[in-house]
Amino acid sequence: MSEDLYQEIILDHYKNPRGKRVKIDSLAQSYQVNPTCGDEITVDVGQNSDGTLLVSYDGQGCSISQASASVMSELINGKTPEQAAPIQAAFMELMKSKGQLEPDEDVLEDAIAFAGVSKYPARIKCALISWMALSDAQIKASLTATTTTRDE
Amino acid sequence: MFDVNEVRADFPILSRSVRGVPLVYLDSGATSQKPTQVLDAERFFYENSNAVVHRGAHALAEEATDAYERARQTISSFVGAQVDEIVFTKNATEGINLVAYAFSNATDKARQGLDVDQRFVIGPGDSIVVTEMEHHANLVPWQELCAKTGAQLRWFGITDEGRLDIQPGIIDSTTKFVSVVHQSNLLGTINPVREIMDMAHAVGALGMVDLCQSVPHMPVNVQELGADFASWSGHKMLGPTGIGILWGRTELLNIMPPFLTGGSMIEMVHMDQSTYAPAPQRFEAGVPMVAQAIGLARACEYLSDLGMENVFQHEQELTAYTLAELAKIPGVRVIGPLDTRDRGSAVSFVVDGIHPHDVGHLMDAMGVAVRVGHHCCWPTCRRFDVPATTRITTYIYNDKSDIDQAIAGIKSAQEFFGASVAVSA
Repeated sequence: MSEDLYQEIILDHYKNPRGKRVKIDSLAQSYQVNPTCGDEITVDVGQNSDGTLLVSYDGQGCSISQASASVMSELINGKTPEQAAPIQAAFMELMKSKGQLEPDEDVLEDAIAFAGVSKYPARIKCALISWMALSDAQIKASLTATTTTRDE
Repeated sequence: MFDVNEVRADFPILSRSVRGVPLVYLDSGATSQKPTQVLDAERFFYENSNAVVHRGAHALAEEATDAYERARQTISSFVGAQVDEIVFTKNATEGINLVAYAFSNATDKARQGLDVDQRFVIGPGDSIVVTEMEHHANLVPWQELCAKTGAQLRWFGITDEGRLDIQPGIIDSTTKFVSVVHQSNLLGTINPVREIMDMAHAVGALGMVDLCQSVPHMPVNVQELGADFASWSGHKMLGPTGIGILWGRTELLNIMPPFLTGGSMIEMVHMDQSTYAPAPQRFEAGVPMVAQAIGLARACEYLSDLGMENVFQHEQELTAYTLAELAKIPGVRVIGPLDTRDRGSAVSFVVDGIHPHDVGHLMDAMGVAVRVGHHCCWPTCRRFDVPATTRITTYIYNDKSDIDQAIAGIKSAQEFFGASVAVSA
């Protein structure tokens, strides 16, 4: 029925969100809203002394949007912008794939669970909203990758 | 009373499947499905009489013009209006904007020292009154008008029961315009629009009613609303998309500055200035939506054949059933009136612990099409402290078995997310 959309990993992240409302020294914040359903998310980014990213988020929304934010924070926290960029690009590509792409688990880890979401056009924005907020916050904080090395 | 199964036979789409199961369509508040009769009327026009209206002297142009104006006649009769009071717009939103821009344009012209009717001139110290249960279409244009002119926007709030909280002093001597929804598309509440329009007129203000959720579902006579303007859409009442109706009093329509200008709406054009045709042509610039008007007229005839009193009764029964069945499910809360008194068939609800997007998705997996989200009533959602709702809306082709399937869908969502156990414990 809906198992292709609601993978166990997604339900687990929804019920037990990781990285939500964690206190960080924020360098920039992005607030994004899905105007079709009213879902809201705020993502903060900061930087550790070794140059890796700190990510925190808060918001309310459906299981897909909340689980996606949780997975994102787990994947991106502690990565350098250069390490994060290929993950972010791979997730964007997966969401645009209309269910036709076999996701690379080595890159996306838990985020491969969202492959089924790409088959439901109405839900893609739910999965993407936190990732878009992250990209926006990174741009504001000048914490984007200097070179995109997504094939490495 | 009509036979729902006979009605259903006129709607081919209702016999299709979605996601491998039979479709249960409970989203008519967003848009209704279309009967074969309406589709045939449009097809017949294109196959037999297609031409541009109000120009050209050939036979097809005459037939097309005749069909277009007959459609206006049919639609005006359906709501008890005079034929010249009916303006065709792209949708209900355009009709509301048309009135908002009449104020905006008249105010601009007054600033230039031009002679305009003072009822449409607005500025600092004036107020416009709406309600907290307006669709964005009847809120944002007035916000925009206030921002442009310095007028103040005010509104009636909503009680916890989902009724309009009509407090004194909101409409006062500063008020120049009042615009109110007849039936809330989110709460289902039917508002006492006559009373509110009388309040507006008592202080010399003009008034408008948004009829999008009432004209399709109940008998409406525009003369009895006590309003000066009303707007609604064709596609929610079995008609095509791309057509809406603005009803307005002729005296007002003929003195309002036009909204969209160009061909068809003029009287005389010179290089430096033009004069405009009387209403309704004054507001129908460019080639209009002829086939849609014909389709909508056929939809009016279809509904008249059923009888709007019967349509209303049918939906009252379904609404009572829907409310009763929802009340039986632990963890489900209806947002809006809990009985059918002064209430239409839009039933919004929230399910504890499950976001409406997820509820809607799991209902969709069982073939049930419902609306999820804020329903273009974000402030109304905020009033009830919910981010969004799931909404069931019924129409002439729905019966209790559709509601039963929706109820089963809600229960399946609770089971899936494990919420029912937590709530009922």
